[in-house]
Amino acid sequence: MTTQTTAQPQPGATTDDSPRGTGFGGLLRAEWTKFRSVRGWVIGMLLAVVLMVFIGVFAAANSSIGCQINGGPPKTGKACVPAIPHGPGGEVVSDSFSFVHQPLTGNGSITARVTSMTGEHADLTGRPVQVGNGPGMVPGLAPWSKAGIIIKQGTRPGSAYAAMMVTGLNGVRMQYDYTQDTPGMPGKVSAARPRWLRLTRSGDTITGYDSADGVHWTRVGTARLSGLPATVRIGMFATSPGDVVTQNSFGGSSNQGGPSQATGVFDHVSLTPAVAGGTWAGTAIGGGGPAGAGPGGGPSGTPFTRAGGTFTVTGSGDIAPVTPGPGSGYPTVTVEQSLAGAFLGLIAIVVVAAMFFTAEYRRGLIRTTLAATPRRGAVLAAKAVVIGAVAFVTGLIAAVISVAVGVPKEENQGQVLLTVPALTEARVIVGTAAVLAVAAVFAIALGAVLRRSAAAITVAVVTVVLPFLLAGLNIVPSGVGAWLLRLTPTAGLAIQQSIPRYPQVTSVLSPVRGYYPLSPYAGFAVLCLWAAAALGLAFVLFRRRDA
Amino acid sequence: MSTAARTQPAATLTTGVRGGTRLGYALQAEWTKLRTVSGPAWLLLGAAALTIAVSTAAVGATRCPHGMICPVDTTKLSLTGVQFGQAVVAILAVLVISNEYSTGMIRVTLAAMPGRHAVLAAKAILVAALVLAAGAVAVFGSVLAGHLILPGHGFTSARGFHPVWLSYGPTLRAASGSVLYLALIALLSLGVAVVVRDSAVAIGTVLALLYLFPILLAFIGNAHWQHRLERWTPTVAGLTIQDTTGLRSLAITPWAGLGVLALWAAGALLAGGLAFRLRDA
Repeated sequence: MTTQTTAQPQPGATTDDSPRGTGFGGLLRAEWTKFRSVRGWVIGMLLAVVLMVFIGVFAAANSSIGCQINGGPPKTGKACVPAIPHGPGGEVVSDSFSFVHQPLTGNGSITARVTSMTGEHADLTGRPVQVGNGPGMVPGLAPWSKAGIIIKQGTRPGSAYAAMMVTGLNGVRMQYDYTQDTPGMPGKVSAARPRWLRLTRSGDTITGYDSADGVHWTRVGTARLSGLPATVRIGMFATSPGDVVTQNSFGGSSNQGGPSQATGVFDHVSLTPAVAGGTWAGTAIGGGGPAGAGPGGGPSGTPFTRAGGTFTVTGSGDIAPVTPGPGSGYPTVTVEQSLAGAFLGLIAIVVVAAMFFTAEYRRGLIRTTLAATPRRGAVLAAKAVVIGAVAFVTGLIAAVISVAVGVPKEENQGQVLLTVPALTEARVIVGTAAVLAVAAVFAIALGAVLRRSAAAITVAVVTVVLPFLLAGLNIVPSGVGAWLLRLTPTAGLAIQQSIPRYPQVTSVLSPVRGYYPLSPYAGFAVLCLWAAAALGLAFVLFRRRDA
Repeated sequence: MSTAARTQPAATLTTGVRGGTRLGYALQAEWTKLRTVSGPAWLLLGAAALTIAVSTAAVGATRCPHGMICPVDTTKLSLTGVQFGQAVVAILAVLVISNEYSTGMIRVTLAAMPGRHAVLAAKAILVAALVLAAGAVAVFGSVLAGHLILPGHGFTSARGFHPVWLSYGPTLRAASGSVLYLALIALLSLGVAVVVRDSAVAIGTVLALLYLFPILLAFIGNAHWQHRLERWTPTVAGLTIQDTTGLRSLAITPWAGLGVLALWAAGALLAGGLAFRLRDA
């Protein structure tokens, strides 16, 4: 029956001379008829949807972790989810730090000199605990330990802010509203090389400056915090994110995290306009007091001490977006984790795509096809378009159902769901469908090159799935894994990454956690290049070889 | 094969001696089929070459700098290539049966040798033997790469790393177990292919069995399901045979893990044998 359909739109010898539009349209119709009239292939696509949804929802529904809060009874599910703030952009954020503040009404500015930043973090090396520090703490700063000055909407965690700060390893930075980060002066702070910081508010606009001597100032950046109230909080802060150590271990947990804290020493603190008799209040925002002292208690429980004009502020936590992985200190789950079934959907789609081409060789149908349409390039293109479109629609249906069913289940697993804007979620869903479509084109091209379905399917599946496995499960060292995720077709899965990689947050690169070394579209482009290269080779070979 | 003997009442079968028995003829016939086309030889060569190449690359890329603690299972690292080699082995095993279906050769085969269990047994024995041979080469090459390269990358005995060599008991177990692992993957693939018959669907099913469970394991946080997957899925349990460190934390002991894979292979072959016997070709 397929033969007739192929021949119908293009009777006989006119094929070659027919205008391209109708000719290719007819080819597309012929290939589509071939596809839909083979029951096994249609079932294969339906199976792809069912498997993808089943695995995705299964993974989402079984990502649950238990917890035990303050020695209480073990709990599971939503009871484990900590109250966690959302930033002005709607993203889940960490907002815990020691804050020494005063109110500021209207426009004004704060200037301070930082003369020292020190810190300590949990001992992750297994060496003996050093005496004089907290339990299991050793001296040292995390790369993104922070101490500096800040203007904040209020003391509510998650409220808008702009800050100038010195950091553990990343020099002076201006950061605002959790996701924004601009570098200032490089280098570490010390008594010999102090850092002067200044923030100026003018309406909704806050400008940050830094200086080495308090005389010559450099503008670092400008933040527009829309809707900032007339009275805001202004002052000094210190905080330090959980320390994460990544080790190349194989098949096991390769990341260890632990608390850390930072202490900043400030002097030459001045406010404009100067508030007569203004007193400095100390608050541990979001429970971000000194680590190791227990919440709000212990010998060093107060967030700051003052000696004359010198302030010493100690805090732990972070002012940053929450990212997947151990760095945030929260168990997190992302939207794309409900799409774990895409791997199984991919295998089913790749099988059908490869067969869509190789079956013609097996049955000798290829000779009929080429007799009807001698333009071989057009035949291959039509096949690629049809299978790509079918795979896209299949993937889209499966991805929409997976996310719609899986994500609400993820929220019940006792983990913090990292919500993303609707557009990002749409990119993750449509991107997953697009990855499946391009993989189908890759597979059909390999089918045309190899003319053996088993070989084509294996190459297509192994090049997409295995690098993910090797990198994601730490079977190979992380450096090698990162290159696999850049260069192999697996890179395309980066389009599923919903949480961007923030340079100001120490995060662990793991595709299982939704982190790829390439940006979403760059990764997708790598997959497209592979498919295009395979398709190009297929065009050449298909035209050269006898059928 | 004993199953074959029981269900086939022909007395000659039970002896299993080559020459004169049906299994013997079947073995000869299948061996002729395998060695007279170039595909199987290339696939075996490819499996060995790919395994050694990937293992060497993994070993070459791993270093343990001074003053760092490297929690690396050097033996397992040296055998990384098995992850790739198994895919090629699966292709070989699938094609041994599905090629006959796609060309219609299967009808000739069964006309010449109506004893279907003997045909399947012969295919299984030959595939297993060939994969054992190629696997031995592949695994030995991988171990050799680890043995030669790793000490130069900081994994020295002075720092507590056992040399990756067959004289070290756990390495010998991991290496010989990996050879058996490849053979069992081949038998599992053969069983699936007999049931499915079509090469594309068979290889898709086998690849899903090989690679889906480890990926699922990475996504699932539920400890109960993790434990179940680690204990009962073919590749995750089977590859525990490569572990030489942290054996206490494994969900299943290495040989038991390989046993789970053997159960999968036996189940697939059993299902294949049943389908082969009950269906028309």
